[in-house]
Amino acid sequence: MSEADFDYADVQGLVRFGYGHLKSASYSVLRIKNPAAARAWLRGALQSNAVTTAVKASPPPTTALNVAFTASGLKELGLTPVVINGFSNEFIAGMTQTSRARQLGDIEENAPAHWDWGYAAKEPHLVVMFFAEKERFDAFVQNSIGAAWKEAFHEIDSLPTADLDGVEPFGFADGISQPEIDWGQQRESKDVQLDYTNIAALGEFLLGYPNEYGKFTERPLLEADATTNELLAALDEPGKKDLGRNGTYLVMRQLDQDVRKFWQFIDKQAGGDPAERDKLAAAMVGRKTDGEPLVPIRNEPIPGIDEKQASKNQFTFDDDPAGARCPFGAHVRRANPRNADFPERPANTLKKLITIAGFGPNRFRYDLMSSVRFHRILRRGREYGPSVKLLEALAPPPSDDPPRGLHFVCLNANISRQFEFLQNAWIASTKFAGVTGESDPLLGNRQSLPGCPVTANFTMPGSSSLPRRVSGLPQFVTVRGGAYFFLPSLRALRYFAVVENA
Amino acid sequence: MTPQSGFMVLAPINPERETELRQLLDSMNDGPGQVNPNNALIPFAQFEELHFARLLILDDNSLKDRAIYGLPGDFPLQFAFLGDIDGEEETFLKELAQRAPEGLRRLFSCCRDFDPDCDLLAWMKRHRSLAIASFVNCRGRTVRRIREEAQLRETLDRYLTEKAATLAQMSPREVHAKLSEFVAAEKSAGRLTLSGESPTPIAWWIGNTLHMICLPLLVLLALPVLLLALPFYLIRVRYLEKTDVEICPKVDPAYSEMLAVAEDHFVTNQYTAFGSRKPGLVRLLTMIGALSVVNYAARHITRPGHLGRIRTIHFARWVFLDGKERMIFFSNYDGSVESYMDDFINKTGFGLNAAFGSAIGYPRTRWFLFDGCADERKFKNFNRRHTIPTQVWYKATAYLGLTAVDLDRNSRIRKGVEKPSMSDAEAREWVALL
Repeated sequence: MSEADFDYADVQGLVRFGYGHLKSASYSVLRIKNPAAARAWLRGALQSNAVTTAVKASPPPTTALNVAFTASGLKELGLTPVVINGFSNEFIAGMTQTSRARQLGDIEENAPAHWDWGYAAKEPHLVVMFFAEKERFDAFVQNSIGAAWKEAFHEIDSLPTADLDGVEPFGFADGISQPEIDWGQQRESKDVQLDYTNIAALGEFLLGYPNEYGKFTERPLLEADATTNELLAALDEPGKKDLGRNGTYLVMRQLDQDVRKFWQFIDKQAGGDPAERDKLAAAMVGRKTDGEPLVPIRNEPIPGIDEKQASKNQFTFDDDPAGARCPFGAHVRRANPRNADFPERPANTLKKLITIAGFGPNRFRYDLMSSVRFHRILRRGREYGPSVKLLEALAPPPSDDPPRGLHFVCLNANISRQFEFLQNAWIASTKFAGVTGESDPLLGNRQSLPGCPVTANFTMPGSSSLPRRVSGLPQFVTVRGGAYFFLPSLRALRYFAVVENA
Repeated sequence: MTPQSGFMVLAPINPERETELRQLLDSMNDGPGQVNPNNALIPFAQFEELHFARLLILDDNSLKDRAIYGLPGDFPLQFAFLGDIDGEEETFLKELAQRAPEGLRRLFSCCRDFDPDCDLLAWMKRHRSLAIASFVNCRGRTVRRIREEAQLRETLDRYLTEKAATLAQMSPREVHAKLSEFVAAEKSAGRLTLSGESPTPIAWWIGNTLHMICLPLLVLLALPVLLLALPFYLIRVRYLEKTDVEICPKVDPAYSEMLAVAEDHFVTNQYTAFGSRKPGLVRLLTMIGALSVVNYAARHITRPGHLGRIRTIHFARWVFLDGKERMIFFSNYDGSVESYMDDFINKTGFGLNAAFGSAIGYPRTRWFLFDGCADERKFKNFNRRHTIPTQVWYKATAYLGLTAVDLDRNSRIRKGVEKPSMSDAEAREWVALL
């Protein structure tokens, strides 16, 4: 199938677009008050084509609306446990399950019990995401919610977003690197991927299609009957109807960023020297404020990174094996180590076998990383709160300093292998890539672990000198809310809209 | 060199005392998955040669799968106490019996054939269970050495912080010289100890060398017969692979969560997987063959710190139960179970297939080594279902917060410190470890 033939009309737009041109957005985090009214609202939204699809429109839409449900929301809506149990366990259990929260680093200050939303009575059933051009926004929201809304939903929170012009609150260009979805499933499925590729199998980001293993991720497969008539057949089990197909999971986390604390800490470390300050901040992030990477751009193209993105993304860390340019612990290196299935591209089968046997180069950091292609996410987050200029950030805060941060939103077909792995094994890990005593310099919770009293370091390896270590990093980012949602296909939405104890 | 070894005491539980045993085991913990290293029953922290230990009730969740092959599914519930130690098993069991006789007696008295008047050591030895295969991350790296090397790193760390300004100006070779000098001074002042290696026990050395030589020799001798039998064997195996049943249902979330509450409290986790072997001589031979190869490789071939590409396992072992009808696998690994499984699937999938492909319900393999766990979802389902809770798990407090990779780093730092001189390249690489 070619990319053009893909049934984009069945996919919610957020999978394909970030709607960057729609500068206003808000996320309504809702509980269902009245299931019948909720279904009525959904029917209304579908009938009026209010739910925006992934079809490319020209000109692009001036408004967009997407909707996603939690497992408890699906239950509330009327889906039976049998159907819901077809979804992945992590989706069903949710982000706030104690053991899961521990794995994600959501303890102490980050603990769900302190969240503004997402926990216990404030666990949402669904999120409705509104995007529009600034001047149209209020009218669009009013128009979209309609008459049934109040009767259907109880609003836990309406999360406003801010347009910081592509810059996150700390002041760094954001959302630069995204995987490229192989919509046409053109990429040859390979057992072994020897080079870093930015193209990801469709099944990594949409349920119902082969993933990077060439297999299907779990999702509810229903019996074919009158109620499921409209759903597509499962590609791997044609006799069954695939409720997951063209849908995916949406992970949402509200991350409060203490911008002042961040810059004040860095300023102190830099002794007030602006150049040093920029250098340290860039080392922590792994990019300069304008997004320029710290490692050189390669000459050879990388699949899935076009010419437009080359200046920011055509690089891997193979050119920086010692971490002298971009520290191992830098945020972007943790979030995407840009590697392949083998370290240092084995030239032939013999070299591959030597690596498999564990007899590659006897270097400390050789082959420590997992292959990134199984752990990619699509980020669709938006900032909130007013921006702070650097000089303001260095000054003492006013008494009414409003909160600011990121509504982190990511999409993935397998929450445990993608988002959770990334958060647990790479971002929150104090042992990532052979480092010790440090977690993500931006996101780390700085909590000690038994036997590891210190996790608040940040190490910058030198090319020909001792590594430089910064210690005592405070916690800059606090989790304020979060949930796992299912972002259904349009067909699944239509099924939800009429479902009653199905 | 002091070699590491394992011990395992295994005995059927007296059904009337099972609840009591579970309570006793719980009493050794501060919380789920968090042992009290100084608990009253077995004060683990007192045993300086002990790397890891676990006590658990071998609850097999997959017994009913055996019915597919018409196999009986009634086995007595067993209790296991096992650990990984420096030195000889015999010496350690003796020390155990001496230091924790009451606790051990209380625990073992919940077993069917424990006589309160018995000789504890003799009883434990009678109930020893040997591993068919085992893996030690780095042979010769004793708890003591780990502790000393960790102290070395901490001492250096403090020194580096103190002298950061001076050292930053130096070339790597100068840094190396300076730090070596500092360490020597610390050692002579008695503030730092880096013990030399103990002599390798001669009996162990002979046994190990014989093992290294004899196994390939035996295979060589049997080669004509093996080659003759090979085609028939392969045909049969392939037929079995095509017809065997996969049992990889979606994981029961409640069960998985019960396991999860005891996981990820430390940088290292425990893992216990239990299951039955598919019936028949071909499977039995396949399993023994595969695990013998794993064992031989782990003992004589693998590079220290590596199980193939995997660098996160401290100790692992495979044990047969019930006349090789069932098998249990124990490991101590760094990171979360998800990353552990991904590492295995993506880096050593063939090894996983070879070692576990003979288990009932395992995802379909192709020629022993291929497919199988490459079906990630099926494999993870299979794996979680066969994972059983480990009621008590201890990791040496001397390195509770250190991963196997940390231990490797510390050893490399120590080696460097003890090196009289280095080339520029060596010094650069060494300095980067600090």
